[in-house]
Amino acid sequence: MSSQDFRTPLKRVRGLGSAKSGTQHFIVQRVTAVALVPLALWAIFLALALVHADYAQARAMLHHHFAAVWLSAFVIALFWHAQLGLQVVIEDYVHTPWFEVVAQLAVKFFCIAGAITSVFAIVRVALA
Amino acid sequence: MPQNARPISPHLQIYRWPLTMALSILHRATGIALAVGTLLLVWVLLALANGAEAWAGARAFCGSPVGLVLLFGWSWALCFHLANGIRHLFWDAGKGFSIEQARRFSWVVVVVSFVFTGLIWACVIAQGGAK
Repeated sequence: MSSQDFRTPLKRVRGLGSAKSGTQHFIVQRVTAVALVPLALWAIFLALALVHADYAQARAMLHHHFAAVWLSAFVIALFWHAQLGLQVVIEDYVHTPWFEVVAQLAVKFFCIAGAITSVFAIVRVALA
Repeated sequence: MPQNARPISPHLQIYRWPLTMALSILHRATGIALAVGTLLLVWVLLALANGAEAWAGARAFCGSPVGLVLLFGWSWALCFHLANGIRHLFWDAGKGFSIEQARRFSWVVVVVSFVFTGLIWACVIAQGGAK
């Protein structure tokens, strides 16, 4: 224990370690953000092309492997980024321990389920 | 209530909101709104996989008044979160921290978000409207 250590004895004794997991969350949030810039712009173009597409035309659009791959990349980056962002919102505003755990779990399950369901639907159309 | 007579700091509602503060909170709000909006995305993709009838149902909802209001709101939220997110990336690179720059680029983000939203819906209207 040096004179540079500003932690209280109580804080040291509790031995809680670091608060979370270092810079991993911060970096992945930025990586997914950078990925989402081109992916989201492309998704907007795709959505605009679908405005008046009938069922066959819409399926044909996703039948291109390029579209299927990019749309899969979009939904994976999207749900990953959403999970990271919602996690911070809950950490900041929810202070009831049991409810925070429930909310964090719900967000994680929702985002993972959303990503898997979306990719499943895309692959089903692409390989049909 | 405080147990003693310490001076307390005024909370958010005391201050006149600078634009930068409003944008910071809007970034969170639009992020949450967009996360909810992914439900529609999943629905549309599932409908496309599940057959013409499901697709027609999802399209009918998107073209309904409620659907259009939601889509318009989400399109602006996406444009805003995208533009303001790029502003955040510049900050992460250590650029644009002066008050003058922060204010200027706040306005750029606001204008860009509305211009992009306008362009998106101009493309919809140019195709004969959403119906």
